[in-house]
Amino acid sequence: MAHDNAPEHHANVDHTAMGIEKEHPTWSTYWKVALILTLITVGEVWIYYIPSFVASRGFVPTLLLLSAVKFAIVVLFYMHLRYDHKLFRAVFTGPLIIAMTTIVALLFLFGHLRIGAGAAG
Amino acid sequence: MTHAAALEGAQADPHGEHPATSTGLDNKKLAIWAFIGSECMLFASLISTYLIYKGRSVVGPYPHEACDPPTCAQHYNAILNIPVTSASTFVLLMSSLAMVLALAAVENADQPMPSGFGARLLRSSKLWLWMTAILGTTFLGFQAFEFTSFVHEGLTIRTNLFGSSFFTLTGFHGAHVTAGVIWLLTLLAIDYRRGLGPKDAINVDMAALYWHFVDVVWIAIFTLVYLIK
Repeated sequence: MAHDNAPEHHANVDHTAMGIEKEHPTWSTYWKVALILTLITVGEVWIYYIPSFVASRGFVPTLLLLSAVKFAIVVLFYMHLRYDHKLFRAVFTGPLIIAMTTIVALLFLFGHLRIGAGAAG
Repeated sequence: MTHAAALEGAQADPHGEHPATSTGLDNKKLAIWAFIGSECMLFASLISTYLIYKGRSVVGPYPHEACDPPTCAQHYNAILNIPVTSASTFVLLMSSLAMVLALAAVENADQPMPSGFGARLLRSSKLWLWMTAILGTTFLGFQAFEFTSFVHEGLTIRTNLFGSSFFTLTGFHGAHVTAGVIWLLTLLAIDYRRGLGPKDAINVDMAALYWHFVDVVWIAIFTLVYLIK
């Protein structure tokens, strides 16, 4: 399909107002992203059912890493943060950093995390 | 970009669809990103609450472990159903794909219709908006099934700390999905009444950003609540 290969040119879309700095990806990119997200999800569920891995120290960090990768892929490609104005990036990542810092700080405060001891369960 | 340059860029906008702003960007899109930023903090507070209370319930049922007397008053199975939740997670991920295709279809609505069947399908905003709404409703169906089965197994919002924090967190998320489905249905109504075109791309983009945000929140919830024991 020609649609798959050529970048889309939205002649009547107000690129300035929408903050589009680079052309948004095409269908071929979108379905590949969906495939990657599906495979990562399958991987997450797969390792959940491996008792030896669940008992290991790598289980939680691996799940958190896979989740962060999925989060970043959706934000960068489907929410177009990779292609849009940098102000949108700042408006989103600022509160996101505050939110994640708050979660980590509260987990330390309530004793779920300890420096040098990892997760306390 | 300096303030003056940004203002000049906005005034030079050939479409003239939005009033000049100091950033050159449509305030509606900036507002939805600011709203999404604030929502990050809302869900961070709910997720924090869940994680802080995790493992501190005095009575069962528990999320990942079965419980027998005398620890619990009766036998309880591990409450979380990972296969069902995995399926609902897949459904929500696919709804994000449908949403991004709906936006692409609206942005290209004024282009000549391609000849191939697949290419014509990709240009149907109605199809992809319906697909997104149906997948979102399917996710809500999974959540209703999950909540009902939990109640039948003895877990309500008042049972223990796990129940309180779990139902609050996932209930808030479900409410957001419901709002997203209603938003999609309003876009569909507009599409059927007068058709959605490139001039409406900003409005569809706002709905899409909200929908994808609901998806990324679920990505976090699925890992933190369901998979990490």
